[in-house]
Amino acid sequence: MTIRFNDETFRDDYTFYNSPEAIQRFPFPFDRDDYMYSVNIEPHKTGPKGTPFDVAFDVDEHYVSEMRDRAITLEQDPKRCQSLPHMELAGWDLLELIMTSKVADYPDLFELHRDGNSWRWINKPMGIDDSFTFLDASTLPYGPMEYITRQAQGDFALLDQRDDNLWMDAGMITSQADWSLDFDIGMNFFEWHAPVPKAHEMKIFQRALKFLMNVQQGAQSRRLNWTMTVNPRLDTSPENYHLWGPEKRTVTPENVGQKQYLRVELQTFWRLPRSNALAFPIRCYLANLQDLSSVPKWGRRLHRVIRDLPDELADYKGFAVNRAMIIDYLAQFDDGGETSPGIYPNEDKT
Amino acid sequence: MTQTPFTPSIISRPTYAQLQSNGGSPSVLLAEGAGAAALLDLFARDASVLDRGQIFFVTAGSDLGPKLRGAGARAFHQGDSYSDIQVQFQTALNAAPMGTSVYLAGGEGVIGQATSDALAAGIEHDAIQAEHRGSIARRMQCVHCKGITENVTTDPFTCSNCGLTLFVRDHYSRRLGAFQGVCVDAETPGVIPEQQEIQL
Repeated sequence: MTIRFNDETFRDDYTFYNSPEAIQRFPFPFDRDDYMYSVNIEPHKTGPKGTPFDVAFDVDEHYVSEMRDRAITLEQDPKRCQSLPHMELAGWDLLELIMTSKVADYPDLFELHRDGNSWRWINKPMGIDDSFTFLDASTLPYGPMEYITRQAQGDFALLDQRDDNLWMDAGMITSQADWSLDFDIGMNFFEWHAPVPKAHEMKIFQRALKFLMNVQQGAQSRRLNWTMTVNPRLDTSPENYHLWGPEKRTVTPENVGQKQYLRVELQTFWRLPRSNALAFPIRCYLANLQDLSSVPKWGRRLHRVIRDLPDELADYKGFAVNRAMIIDYLAQFDDGGETSPGIYPNEDKT
Repeated sequence: MTQTPFTPSIISRPTYAQLQSNGGSPSVLLAEGAGAAALLDLFARDASVLDRGQIFFVTAGSDLGPKLRGAGARAFHQGDSYSDIQVQFQTALNAAPMGTSVYLAGGEGVIGQATSDALAAGIEHDAIQAEHRGSIARRMQCVHCKGITENVTTDPFTCSNCGLTLFVRDHYSRRLGAFQGVCVDAETPGVIPEQQEIQL
């Protein structure tokens, strides 16, 4: 399999685009015509071939450009990548996991040669060929977590497990749905989720925490989460809210199909072998309403989900102000027909 | 003045309760202003807290200094502001033996900074107690420029570092000892809601 990497931007002129193949493999998050929170966790590295679900860390056509965007964000704000001192070992665990997974899933793109602790890592799409000593941070240009997550799509949080809780003690967070690592670092699972409405009352987090603390090595899991973003912007951080916030008010009935993006997070959970920390990658996928609606099932379903969503969730997800326009636009794709169960873009029966 | 009753909020928002004595184990006690009365109440309930206790007092206009000084702790330090006694307080925390209890009382700003310093010195969060007395002013971090604005009593308020108009969130970082302030007119620059006093 050869991937043709897009040359595109996620800010300023926003030249990001999805190819027809990327649309077909988009991780559409709704398996039915309505949505409410649930602990929707299932085993990862399971799923149809070619989808983001059957590989450990998906590499797609946006890879090279996303890594360029991350570098710009880090240049402007180095605090997007932080690691409390006790998390370095977890960083090495993550580096090993990502390198060995990428080599296994994409042998034509990545190579790892190991002789004891002497490692050579080749990343062909990014033109990297580095030799270093495993577990010796002085042999890498960055700390181990930062080094490898500058080469892996999506955000990464490393969670320390102690005192019957998970602690957000390290992360590389540059494509976040409006939360701040610099503010949340050091918080426990309940604290960093504190601003989420309704879910606490539903005991969602208690159940999720119990599950996550029992994730075993080699038994990784995943869930999908979603929100909406105006323009294909990865860096929707609170730090830069005053810069991207005004763009939310540029949506019109004429441009909503192109400018309004469904933002899907493929979240996975991995137990790390040496540190016993939990790796929590949060991979962001973007597709605009127009492209999603090219799949008849998704056009129908997205209309119904957005139309029937509780107001509180539209508020929290930050698209309440454009919701009516979104629903009006999507209505043209909803002929009232049935939709098939599941998330994949198979044709519905009519 | 008695301890402050807060309305229920989100989970990261700190809650405060009456200080509970851990007896004669080593203790580092810090009060700000009206918080002095909370320490005196604690001593009245169990004077053994004083046996191996060091008191730090930020006067903030309170006249309870002499009473605290006379309470009988092993050491007593006093200053007009938190920064006046911060270095001594940090030194005491860094030298604290295992099992040390930290008792804090006063407004949220000083409680927050003292908690942050205690955590940085390696004190476990469950060894730190805080009782709220006095002003409900908040210590706010601007999420945009990371600047701290002390003694915020209105919502929205102006960031003392970058000048953006920020709204006051209940989301709180123990590490920073601060609540989060976020630009209130990010989406509609210049449209700023009417300023209100912060609620409990």
